Amino acid sequence: MTARIVVAGGSMGGLRAAEQLRAAGWTGAVTVVGDEPHMPYNRPPLSKEVLAGRAPFASLAFTPKAAAADVEWRLGTRVVSARLTERTVALDDGPPLSYDGLVVATGMHPRRLRCPGPLTGRHTVRTLTDAQGLRDELNRPDVRVVVVGAGFIGCEVAATAVGLGVREVTVVDPLPLPMVAPLGELLGRALLKRHQERGVRFALGTGVAGFEGEDRVTGVVLSDGTVLPADVVVESVGSAANVEWLEGNGLDLSDGVLTCGQLRVGGRPEVVAVGDVARFPNARYDGVPRRVEHWSIPTDTAKHAAKALVAHLTGTEAEFAPFAPLPTFWSDQHEFRLQSFGAPTLGLDDVRVLDGDEDGDVLVGYHTGGRLVGVVALGGQAAAMGAARYRAQLLKQPALTA
Amino acid sequence: MKVVVDMNKCQDHGQCAFAAPDVFSMDETGHLLYVSDPDDALRDEVEEAADVCPLQAIRIEA
Ligand SMILES: Cc1cc2nc3c(=O)[nH]c(=O)nc-3n(C[C@H](O)[C@H](O)[C@H](O)COP(=O)(O)OP(=O)(O)OC[C@H]3O[C@@H](n4cnc5c(N)ncnc54)[C@H](O)[C@@H]3O)c2cc1C
Ligand code: SF4
Repeated sequence: MTARIVVAGGSMGGLRAAEQLRAAGWTGAVTVVGDEPHMPYNRPPLSKEVLAGRAPFASLAFTPKAAAADVEWRLGTRVVSARLTERTVALDDGPPLSYDGLVVATGMHPRRLRCPGPLTGRHTVRTLTDAQGLRDELNRPDVRVVVVGAGFIGCEVAATAVGLGVREVTVVDPLPLPMVAPLGELLGRALLKRHQERGVRFALGTGVAGFEGEDRVTGVVLSDGTVLPADVVVESVGSAANVEWLEGNGLDLSDGVLTCGQLRVGGRPEVVAVGDVARFPNARYDGVPRRVEHWSIPTDTAKHAAKALVAHLTGTEAEFAPFAPLPTFWSDQHEFRLQSFGAPTLGLDDVRVLDGDEDGDVLVGYHTGGRLVGVVALGGQAAAMGAARYRAQLLKQPALTA
Repeated sequence: MKVVVDMNKCQDHGQCAFAAPDVFSMDETGHLLYVSDPDDALRDEVEEAADVCPLQAIRIEA
């Protein structure tokens, strides 16, 4: 029987892994198992262009590389469990698959609010189906929208909804500023102001206690008892890793799946993890394992993990430098863009304006021990280009040691 | 090698210019410029650029 690598998860991480296995010289079989019915598609536009109706859903599909043309896609199929010692995974349809190598690429699912109230009218934004459903509701006449959670996705959806001309949009968050956890107060303030100027309302420093309505939601009850009338609710309160299927194998699954610096899982050279689900140490920084939910990570992790896996399976084990990507992130809200390079969260105690000012285009630097670890630009194209100029400097920095 | 950027999709992210500076660059106003028939020796770079484009706007045709 030919040797086989099974990729669990059929989105960007799974696609990039399959392509990179071929690029790394793997000639055996590759089977990707994904529970969504679609071929891999690009998620960022789901809260931006596609939700706004400026781009069609069909434009989201990735074009797989020619080298990956012979990959077998088992779509609409879920991996329900894995037995790593026996090298098998069980599927929800059909017999178990045995593997020589396994790539974990199952990503995340949105967290839900557990407080009481009806479910109809409440949305999350992770999948194509989610975005289609939300788009239909935002296009009903005169809707009032409440977005719970002022993180990246919440702020993007709020901006898109305002752009679509809905009656009103209110963003609720227990924290005092939007995106303050990843970006800090300076940019949190600047973002709040920009959103308010464009018509987004905020209820900050308060949580959600429940939802009103019989069959469908009609209002959001805040912790202080205030009720915000709502026809559409978007819950953007973070996400949790899809790792249940890996339980029972003695792995650390406390936040995604823990990997070593070569993206290997549980000390097993035949199992690697890629994308949002991987909690990996970044040799560029302090070596503390973290998950990174940035679009650049599925591609970066897939390149490294595929090399490590193929080297093991073909017995060409070489010494690899440990994984050390430069995280890159962007977010589009209204007509402005946030562009981030590096790890701003590691430098939140020493935030400096490098260029511009809070009211216009601004470039912000994040430092630790006096050293620059991340830059974030907010504004138009000139600001993003300013951030790009610091990218080379961030790439050249020697590693931060713990 | 033939490179096509779908300019309706491109939003001037500039990620391609980091990955393949010989083929893609940004002008002073931050808009994309690119070489549509780069040398075949640059294929790896161009594939990398196509991978990192957030809008998936770059196509390599043969
Ligand atoms: C609305 C939205 C907007 C975003 N915008 C940005 C942005 O502007 N900038 C940015 O940098 N990043 C952004 N991101 C983040 C980026 O899209 C993610 O980092 C990326 O999608 C991660 O890809 P992944 O393949 O690791 O995980 P996922 O995309 O979560 O893919 C995992 C796949 O595995 C499937 N799966 C799960 N469990 C199983 C199982 N047991 N068996 C089989 N299949 C399974 C899932 O259904 C899914 O298809 C955004 C994300 C979303 C949702
Ligand atoms: S990375 Fe994509 S969107 Fe950005 S400039 Fe290049 S082609 Fe355009």
